[in-house]
Amino acid sequence: MNAGRAGGRRARIGIASYLQVAPLTAVFALFLVVPILTLIVVSFFDYDSVQVIPAFVLTNYHDVLSSETTWRTYLSTFRFALVVWAITLLIGFWVAYYLAFFVRSKTLQTLLFLLCTIPFWTSNIIRMISWVPFLGRNGLLNRALLGMGLIHQPLEFLLFSDFAVVLVFVHLLTLFMVTPIFNTMMRIDRRLIEAATDAGARFWQVLFNVIIPLSKPGIAIGSIFVVTLVMGDFITVRLMSGGQSASVGLMIQSEISLLQYPAAAANAVVLLAVVLLMVGAILRVVDIRKEL
Amino acid sequence: MTLPDDVELVAVTKRYGAAIAVEDVSLRIPRGTYCCLLGPSGCGKTSTLRMIAGHEIATEGDVIVAGENVTTLPPARRGTAMMFQSYALFPHLSCLDNVAFSLKMKGVDKTERRARAGEFLALVQMEKYAERLPAQLSGGQQQRVALARALITRPKVLLLDEPLSALDPFLRGRMREELKRLQRELGISFIHVTHGQDEAMALSDLAVVMNNGRIEQAAPPREVFERPSSAFVARFIGGHNVLPDGGSTIAVRTDRCRLGEPGNGPHLPGRVSAVEYQGALVRVALTGADGEEAVALLPDETFFARPVAIGDAATLVWSPADVHHLQAA
Repeated sequence: MNAGRAGGRRARIGIASYLQVAPLTAVFALFLVVPILTLIVVSFFDYDSVQVIPAFVLTNYHDVLSSETTWRTYLSTFRFALVVWAITLLIGFWVAYYLAFFVRSKTLQTLLFLLCTIPFWTSNIIRMISWVPFLGRNGLLNRALLGMGLIHQPLEFLLFSDFAVVLVFVHLLTLFMVTPIFNTMMRIDRRLIEAATDAGARFWQVLFNVIIPLSKPGIAIGSIFVVTLVMGDFITVRLMSGGQSASVGLMIQSEISLLQYPAAAANAVVLLAVVLLMVGAILRVVDIRKEL
Repeated sequence: MTLPDDVELVAVTKRYGAAIAVEDVSLRIPRGTYCCLLGPSGCGKTSTLRMIAGHEIATEGDVIVAGENVTTLPPARRGTAMMFQSYALFPHLSCLDNVAFSLKMKGVDKTERRARAGEFLALVQMEKYAERLPAQLSGGQQQRVALARALITRPKVLLLDEPLSALDPFLRGRMREELKRLQRELGISFIHVTHGQDEAMALSDLAVVMNNGRIEQAAPPREVFERPSSAFVARFIGGHNVLPDGGSTIAVRTDRCRLGEPGNGPHLPGRVSAVEYQGALVRVALTGADGEEAVALLPDETFFARPVAIGDAATLVWSPADVHHLQAA
C-alpha cells in the first residue's frame, strides 16, 4: 500500500519532469536532430548532373575521402584554424587579463567590455568588407605608407591573401575568446593572487602557476568557439582571399552551387565529424563542467 | 643587550583617497608574542595587518620587522607570512603542492620541496591528506593546510586574518588551542586579527584594541579587562557596566555587581529587563531610571537565594573598590 503510493508519486513527478523538458526537446529535435538526420540520409543519395536520386550508395564518401583536393583543403583549413586560434588566444587572454585584473572599477570594467562588443553591432559581412578600402592596392594603408615614403610600391599581400583572411578572422573572433576567459578570470579569488605573492611568486610565476591554470575552462570554451567557427567558415575565406584560398566550407558551398547535394552532404558529415573530434580533444584536455 | 622587537609600527597611517583606514598607529610587538588585533569591523585592524604583510603600503610611517625597515618591501621579503581569511588555498593544487608552493617559486627541485612540504603537513597533522584537493577538505582541515603553507616559508612573524571565523564553535575552540600550542613551540610571533574578544582574551599575550583606525589600548588581556582605558574598550571587551558618575564615567565589572539594598555604597536603582540562566551564572539585566543599561552576573546560588523576575524593581550595588575610572572618551 505504502510502496504503491510512493510509486504513484514518483510516476507523477516523472510525467511532470518530462512535460517540463518537452518544449526544449521539441526545439532541438526540429532544428538540430531533423536537419542532421536529413543531411546524413542525403549524403548516401546518388546524383547526376540534373537530379538527386534517392539511393544508398557510398560513392559520395568515397569521392570525398579519396580526393586529394579534400585533403589539401582540410590542411589549409586546419592551418587557418591553428593560426587564428593562436592569435585570438594571445590577444583575447591579455584583453581579458587587463579587464579582470587591471581595471579596478566595476563601472569601467563593464564600460570597456561593452566597448569590445561594439564591432558586433554590425553584420559580419559589413565588417569584412570594410577592410577592403583600407587594405586594397589603392587603399588607405598603402596610400599612407606611400605618402610617408616608407614604401615605393603598394603592398600587394594586404588584400585578397591569406594575410587578409587571418586578419579578418582575428577581428571577427577575438571577442569569442575574450568573453569566456574574462568570465573565468572574474571568478578567481583575488586573495589567491595575494597568497601567491605572499609565497614569493613574481608576476610571471603568478601567471603560470595560478592565473592560467584557473583560466583553463574559459580558454577551452573560447577555443571551441574560435576553432569551430573557422572550420565551418566559407564567406570570410572567399571574400578576403579573393577566391585564392580554399576552405572546407567553401568546397561544400561550391558543390551546392553545382547542385551536387549528396556530395555536399557527405562533405558536411565528414566536416561535422572532424569538428566534433576537435571539440572532444579540447574537452579531454580541460574539464569545463564547472563553468556551465 | 636586547634583541629587536619582532614588529614595530612607527606612526603608521593608511589613507584610501580621503578616507583614513589607520591613523598614526604605533605599536611594539616583542619577540615571540601572541598578539591579537581586536576591534569592530572597519576599525583598521585588517588594514594594519595587511600593511605588516606588505599587501598594502603604509601612506605614512614605518613598518619594522625584526629590526629591519620593511615599509616598502614586497610581501615575500619581509620575514612575514600570511594566513588569509577563508584560507585562499589554490583550488587546482593538492594539499602537498599548496604547501610546497613557495618552495617551487624559489626553484627548489620537486623531490626536495615535496619532502619538506610533507614535514610541514605532518606538523599540522594533515600528512594523510597530502594528495587531496582543497575542495575535498573540511574547513578545519583547509585551515591546517593554509597554516602549513604559511609556516613553510619559516617566517619570523605569522599574520592571521580572522583565522577562526569560518569554523563552527566546537572546532574554533580546538583550533584556538592548537594555534597557541604552535606559537609556543615555534617561538615566533603570531599577529591574529579578530573581532571576538573571547578569542583575544584566550590567546593573546598582547591584546590591541582598535577603533576608528586608532589603537585604544594595547596591553596584556588581563590588564585590558581589569583596567580598560576607555568606555569603548570597556564596552567592547565586555563584562563591564559603563555608568555615568557625576561628571565622569566609570566601569564596574558585571561579575562584581550584586542586587541588594541601596546602603551608603554606590548603587543604581532600576527595573529588571532580562534574566538569563547560564548554568553556573545568571545574567540579570537592569534598566536604570535614566535609561542606563547595566548587568549583574550572579553566581547561581546567589541568584536563586533571592530570585527576581522581569519587571521587578531592583537595585544594583557594588563596592567602591571595584570602581574603575575611565578617561573621558
